[in-house]
Amino acid sequence: VKPDRVLLVVLAAVAALAVPEALAAGAPVLTEADYPRLAGVNSRIAVWLAAQLHLWFAAFVLAVPIFVFIIEAIGMARRDERYDRLAYEFIKVSITAYSLTAILGGLLLFLLVLLYPHLFQYLAGIFRPSMAWYAVLFFAESALLYVYYYGWHWLQGEFRKWVHLTLGLLLNAVGTTLMFLANAWVTFMMSPAAVDPAGVFSGDTWAAIHNALWNPVNLHRVVANVAFGGSIVGAYAAYRFLSATSAEEKAHYDWMGYTANFIAIAALLPLPFAGYWLTAEIYAYSQQMGITLMGGIFAWLFIIQAVLIGALFLSANYYLWCGMGRSDGAARYYRFVKYLAIVIVGAFLVWFTPHTLVLTNEELKALGGPYHKYLGALGLMPAKNIAVNIMILFTTLSFLMYRRANRVPVVGWVGAGNAALAALFAAGVVNIAALGIYHGYFTNTVYKVASSIPQVLTTLSIIVAAVVIDSLMYRGAREVAPLRWGRVPDRAQYALILLAVAFTWLMGLMGYIRSSLRQHWHVTNVFRDASADAFTPTLGHAANVVSAGALIFMALVVFVFWVSRVSSRHTDAAGYWKKAGAAA
Amino acid sequence: VNAFARVIVFGLAVIAFFAGFSNFGVPQVEPAPPPKEEKLALGQMTMAEFVALGKRVFEGKGTCTLCHNPVGGRAPLLDRVGAVAAERLKDPRYKGEAKTAEDYLYESLVKPSAYVVAGFGKAGTQDAESPMPEVSGGSTRLSEAEIRALIAFLQDWSGVEVTVQIPADTGEAGKAEEKPSQRSPAKDAPEVIAQFGCIACHKIGAMAGGPIGPDLSGIGKIRDAAYLRRAILDPDADIPKGYQRKVMPANYGEQLYAKELEMLVAYLAALK
Repeated sequence: VKPDRVLLVVLAAVAALAVPEALAAGAPVLTEADYPRLAGVNSRIAVWLAAQLHLWFAAFVLAVPIFVFIIEAIGMARRDERYDRLAYEFIKVSITAYSLTAILGGLLLFLLVLLYPHLFQYLAGIFRPSMAWYAVLFFAESALLYVYYYGWHWLQGEFRKWVHLTLGLLLNAVGTTLMFLANAWVTFMMSPAAVDPAGVFSGDTWAAIHNALWNPVNLHRVVANVAFGGSIVGAYAAYRFLSATSAEEKAHYDWMGYTANFIAIAALLPLPFAGYWLTAEIYAYSQQMGITLMGGIFAWLFIIQAVLIGALFLSANYYLWCGMGRSDGAARYYRFVKYLAIVIVGAFLVWFTPHTLVLTNEELKALGGPYHKYLGALGLMPAKNIAVNIMILFTTLSFLMYRRANRVPVVGWVGAGNAALAALFAAGVVNIAALGIYHGYFTNTVYKVASSIPQVLTTLSIIVAAVVIDSLMYRGAREVAPLRWGRVPDRAQYALILLAVAFTWLMGLMGYIRSSLRQHWHVTNVFRDASADAFTPTLGHAANVVSAGALIFMALVVFVFWVSRVSSRHTDAAGYWKKAGAAA
Repeated sequence: VNAFARVIVFGLAVIAFFAGFSNFGVPQVEPAPPPKEEKLALGQMTMAEFVALGKRVFEGKGTCTLCHNPVGGRAPLLDRVGAVAAERLKDPRYKGEAKTAEDYLYESLVKPSAYVVAGFGKAGTQDAESPMPEVSGGSTRLSEAEIRALIAFLQDWSGVEVTVQIPADTGEAGKAEEKPSQRSPAKDAPEVIAQFGCIACHKIGAMAGGPIGPDLSGIGKIRDAAYLRRAILDPDADIPKGYQRKVMPANYGEQLYAKELEMLVAYLAALK
């Protein structure tokens, strides 16, 4: 156990014990003078950056074991050692990041205690029992990770491999539980439970943990972590591909990049749906909070989000299309790429269309009102729901096309199967559009987004059905030629890097909005923020802080990757050491 | 190193693009600062000022317009609520305890589920539960005076008689904002009449006055309190035969303290 971890746990324990026995007085009523200041340090930005950096690293180190576990299991099932080596390479990258996660967590804790002592004390008073568990789980996580990583080559072979895989499962279970505990703090701050309006705690810690937004945030974070972790490893593979000197190395990192991207995209596709659920729960918890999120000052943030998600989908698809170059049979499918591109860009543009424009009087007059005659309708949520579902469906098509590129089916019902798939997608698109248009434009506003759940179910059903039909159709399919890993243009690697940067930045942006929903409350409606920074910053300001954070994160990630490479390097220092005989 | 430099430059360019778009590609909306506790000088407020306070609460601190607006359709519009309040009380679905329209409005602010307008209930509750937060608690946390002001505004907006009484001063708050230039309220109706020079135009009982306005000596016999209140606040609403419009100042609503207005109305209504 490394010193930084000990420091973190000791700090947490001390802080928890320092809390006064009773929280009977409720949430403290503070004034600006109650917030200690550090000369030259903006408290909010300091805590914001520490929290965001901690979250980025934590997301990465929690995600990597999830897909390392899956890749290891695939390797075991197929008895293909390539998967095992890949899994090991992934976990190796995350091991240095693990230390950084703990250090940043310690920094966050330190800054909270130092700059927001009353808030920390209040939260610690409520979550004290769970903090003890947090410390225990942290030790367990560290121990499991070290045995899992350092024991990789030791625990090989029939029984030992199963033990190793089980350790991986335990590592994931403990890591995920740790994150859920940490999520309880932030979600309690958003949707407090087990406290009365004055903030007096009922004593039921489980109720405080199991608050209204806990599970939606848990699900959203698990799925997003996998997508994020995949994208970071993908960027690492892309860099290694670009700097590779041999064809063999290129082939390996091409395969690694493809696998990581596959994981990232597989998690990205259901992510908007986890987001819907979270948003629906926010509305259910407090309509005011929901409207602040979607229709208030943050409305423009979703245009930025549209740019980012558009970048994610376009780069993911672009990577798949470029990747078809690995296959000799891909030429059959190239003609479809432009149509996929047109639909995905079209869907992106719909998502990008703002509802209300900020206009001067002249512009207002020229436009004939605040909304554009035709494009105004595209600014509404129903249009965006149609767009995002279609974008996801067409990304699925890109993926199916990529899978088919190198194979020729041998079953007798290919024609019927293709017709069924075409009908499935066509019916799905019609259903999604019809639902969105009917609910969005022909019913009361309250029902405007009522179509989102059936739309999501349509999309998910089509994805599952299409993958099942396609897999059956391509069972035992003949390969056109062996896949040529490494035969992919350099620019495809930049798509992977774009994916990682966009993910990182998007997480930072959405962290800002999640936190800002509390407005001038530390704990919504219960514990008022009386600090000088109680106001919500503008989008530009938030974007600058997120960008600064993303730059620091990138620099640290480069450091992590560099360290993981350095660890396997050997310098021949002949002549430096005394010979064994000479020393005697 | 070349590949490294290219990857870094590319990463920086992507971040710069996102940051640039967020700074220059979308409008920078400056969010409203956290609401401050408003010091209210209730004792010296005229009804018009009290209604104006209600309007400020409606559009600002109360965050009412987040939902009660014609665009979103999330909550019923309130421009007629003062008028329909009485009908609501007779609705079999009404579960509250209010007896008057004013009480109904008060109840719907602090106990929103007492009556949910059809179609505006929380999803799945068949309009049994309102999604509206209680305005006296939560993040809105309006004071008693602010709630009363809100009701006054809603009544005024609906074009019905404002029945709300301005609550008594809460002490501390009033003192903090008291402006030295403000006059102190009159003690009784004759003092109001004297201060505002009503008898320059009106004859009022024993007080001799000019012929420019109607004789008010027996006005209580033919006009009720509501009419008199309106005649003071909005003199041109109804002009008796033989008198000119736009002669009586229309700004007494702003000059009179609510207490003075009520004293004056009661005094005139009693002149029989």
